[in-house]
Amino acid sequence: MKYLSLIFTNLGRKKIRTSLTFMSVLVAFILFGLLGAVQTALSQGVDVAGADRLVVRHKVSIIQMLPYSYGNRMAQMDGIDLATHFVWFGGIYQDPKNFFPQMPVDPIPFLDMYPEYELSQDHRDAWLNTRTGAIVGRKLADRFGWKIGDRIPIQATIWTKKDGGRTWEFDIVGIYDSKKKGVDLTQFFFRYDYFDETRRGAEGQVGWYVVRVKNPDQAADVAKNIDDMFANSPYETKAETEGAFVQAFAKQIGNITSIIIAIMSAVFFTILLVAANTMGQSVRERIVELGVLKAIGFTDRSVWAMVLGEAIMLTATAGLIGLGLSWLAVSGMSDSLSGVFPVFYLPVKTVLIGIALTVAVGLVAGSIPSFQAGQLRIADALRR
Amino acid sequence: MKSISQVIAVIQFAIQTIPQRKASSITTVVGIAGVVAVMIGVFSIALGFQRTMNVAGDESVAMIMRSGSDSEMMSGLTRESTRVIADDVGLARNEQGSLSSAELFVIINLPKRDTGTDANVPLRGVEAQAFNVRGKWKLIEGRAFAWGTNEVVVGRAAAAEFAGLDVGSSIQMGPNKWQVVGIFEESGGISESEIWTDSAVLQPAYHRGDTFQSVYAKLNTADIFPEFKNRLESDPRLDVKVIRQTEYYAEQSGQLSIMIKVLGGFIAFLMALGAVFGAANTMYAAVTSRTREIATLRALGFSGPPIILSVLAESLFLSLLGGAIGATLAYLAMDGYQAATLNWTTFSQVAFAFTVNKQLIIAGLIVAGTIGFVGGLFPAYSASRIPLAAALREN
Repeated sequence: MKYLSLIFTNLGRKKIRTSLTFMSVLVAFILFGLLGAVQTALSQGVDVAGADRLVVRHKVSIIQMLPYSYGNRMAQMDGIDLATHFVWFGGIYQDPKNFFPQMPVDPIPFLDMYPEYELSQDHRDAWLNTRTGAIVGRKLADRFGWKIGDRIPIQATIWTKKDGGRTWEFDIVGIYDSKKKGVDLTQFFFRYDYFDETRRGAEGQVGWYVVRVKNPDQAADVAKNIDDMFANSPYETKAETEGAFVQAFAKQIGNITSIIIAIMSAVFFTILLVAANTMGQSVRERIVELGVLKAIGFTDRSVWAMVLGEAIMLTATAGLIGLGLSWLAVSGMSDSLSGVFPVFYLPVKTVLIGIALTVAVGLVAGSIPSFQAGQLRIADALRR
Repeated sequence: MKSISQVIAVIQFAIQTIPQRKASSITTVVGIAGVVAVMIGVFSIALGFQRTMNVAGDESVAMIMRSGSDSEMMSGLTRESTRVIADDVGLARNEQGSLSSAELFVIINLPKRDTGTDANVPLRGVEAQAFNVRGKWKLIEGRAFAWGTNEVVVGRAAAAEFAGLDVGSSIQMGPNKWQVVGIFEESGGISESEIWTDSAVLQPAYHRGDTFQSVYAKLNTADIFPEFKNRLESDPRLDVKVIRQTEYYAEQSGQLSIMIKVLGGFIAFLMALGAVFGAANTMYAAVTSRTREIATLRALGFSGPPIILSVLAESLFLSLLGGAIGATLAYLAMDGYQAATLNWTTFSQVAFAFTVNKQLIIAGLIVAGTIGFVGGLFPAYSASRIPLAAALREN
């Protein structure tokens, strides 16, 4: 630590170069943080998928409906303790650009199925007592400035009402939140009983089911039993774990995302390469000086440590500030991006890898010059 | 005149001595090549997607869906409505009647070839005139499906992207098997991601009764679209929305390409910023290593501006070289690359090829030049300010 002031003096000798290197490392780590957030956003909550939940949908495609009666039949099967259903409503609030998912559900089994959606007792009671009531995620409520008691008109694109109208009105009776990161807080849930008696056509049919298995280890067997039970009926099913379902869905968005991520990572390393080269160069320019240090009694080891320390100091400070800035940027963008990425945050894993990388980059960049500096013979150095 | 010859001499000198500063020059070139390659790469995705969505569109083709629906997927039309539409006076006609096709648009789960995971592949049921409504539609392998049978023809991109769609293979759809009998193309347009069959066969398979989702209609001329639209939308027998085919697909491509452009643009901007710092570093190093040279030039009577220009020229030369390398790499790696993604408005897959065009390459070079210019500016200025006496004494 006694060399700290010496290291600082060395960093300060070419202020412009040091700050340029500093800035490029900083930018590289802002990029790194953003990549982590984008990657998490695109994997669409695989992390929070429940291991004990199965998604059951029509075998041919998810747009085909299943009978309402399947819910009770599945709930009575061995190994299953709860089944609940969803329908894709696909309505528009004011403008198609304001996209967010809306789904009619049965409130009690739905809330039981998803304990991560935290709803206060008051809001829950209000929902159970209001047929036209809807609960919305905290981020969604923030995005449009909705409050409890607001009446929200939604234009249906699929579901016409019995009277031929297409404007459905809902009363916001609750706002759900979650302590868990990665939970989607941009959804809009309303009551299935109201939906079913108001819609024209397809009454008694639902989009897909989510069932809860008693023992997650048996999830695969239970899924197979479900599919077997409905095999050869007009509505065959495909059951899979929620994680597999979400993952398959993320894969539908496709290799575009993996390509973007691959090229971004390539650039991250290019920027670091450039920075590392500059640091090496600055050591090479100081050979004579390092020789002098050795001549006045600094050991090989301490010269080596000092040069390496300088590199690490530079990348670690720049990297940490960069990660900090990317955290600020991600939190700042999280709400405005909620229409595109329902889940957008900087995962702890990315931060930890990032911190390790800030040090690793300094180590790699400083290793060759510091090794050379350590090996340097006084006579050679001073002769230059 | 004198200053111009000075400028030329100094620039020549600066560029000829680049090999002496190999390491730092190469780093700059590599860094800028990376930035340009990524920028072009990201934008080629958006461009390719847009191209696929728009290329096969025809101004004189109108799409009719139920009013209030955003896409074919959500729409629903009765057979009576489709008949009213087919009888409209504005439609082009041939010996078989008016050029209109009532269609069904659904999806089917098929595994992707590369990952083996299920994807929502669009499946379209059409009527006989569908091929005449779409002028660019062409069978490239096998034969057309026979009407009234469980046969399908597959778009070229769909056959490449999803497993089990080769001619001769069959698709299991619930209790039925569907035979693939042909492959078609439509000048690289979105329909090449689809599977086509007879709508009359598809209706019962998807429990659709006697309903359709859209009508594609070819108008006599593109100019009569406004009156055609007006006539149908105000017809009391109908409850429909009329839109040009070109507009419909442009709308759908808007969202995704904006997302790619915003995200890609933002990240490319950050990278460019990083590259500016890198370039500035290199040019400072170049100026430092040439301190004595520059001081000598100044002592010989070369004035400030030619020296500034020489440093800028070197910086521009390196950055444009990097830009050219990056653009070439991006073109080789990305142009024509096949990918598929989800079209959110129809919830189904679109296969498309990344596209690098001339404008994109020029834009990349402009960015490279800008990085070089900005990165060279301050080092150039400081070169012209080198104190003579001290610089000449330095070793």
